[in-house]
Amino acid sequence: MCNQSVGLIQRAVEERGISTVSITLDESITKRVKPSRALSVPYRFGYPLGEPDNPELQHAIIAAALALLTDETPLPILRAFVLPR
Amino acid sequence: MASMFKLDNLYRFFMKAYPIKSYRGRPLNTPLHKALNQCRVALITTAGLYLREQQPYNDRIIGGDCSYREIPNTIETQTLALGHRSKAFDASGAEDDINLVFPLDRFRELENAGKIGSLNDRHFSFMGSITKPKPLIEKTAPEVGDMLKDDDIDVAFLTPV
Repeated sequence: MCNQSVGLIQRAVEERGISTVSITLDESITKRVKPSRALSVPYRFGYPLGEPDNPELQHAIIAAALALLTDETPLPILRAFVLPR
Repeated sequence: MASMFKLDNLYRFFMKAYPIKSYRGRPLNTPLHKALNQCRVALITTAGLYLREQQPYNDRIIGGDCSYREIPNTIETQTLALGHRSKAFDASGAEDDINLVFPLDRFRELENAGKIGSLNDRHFSFMGSITKPKPLIEKTAPEVGDMLKDDDIDVAFLTPV
């Protein structure tokens, strides 16, 4: 249900004139709640930033999510995270 | 580990039948008009984080606890308590490294590197497992939105568990 709550909070914050981006662990829920921008990551529940004690991977996920803020694709944006090579 | 993946899949299957709040059409868009290195950023998580001196979330509320906790930007991240426990996810990773669900240390590194302008003085955590989100939609999420608007932040970064 976390992914629903994130989308609902995100909608409320974006509606107040703040740019928002989120991570989702469940695309099927995010497609229904339709927040403005979400990065879908291929990890299990409880692991939105990938792995504990892996700052490199965590930074890669954050960078991919932040990049959606300047993506000009019409909203909602739901993009799959691809591990940079 | 295999059983955790099986549970994850079971939960995903169950969620497909759940009455998720659905919206049609395009969400409202607040485009970013500044470079990221000029932006003030706040984090929001639904990991149920709270400070040891704050009241824990109430897991007896039917439909879930829609309240939130304010997390000061100065917090030492590893002192945060993780209030969200559920059979649907493995909390051991977040117990090892809270950045897995609330990446404040990573954002501090981005701030120090000049990749973002600054971090807001406060961040917010909500609880997970909210099955009846009406109070979240009508009251608590708008309240947090209003506070972040008052703080004049540019970007909110949100993470589930």
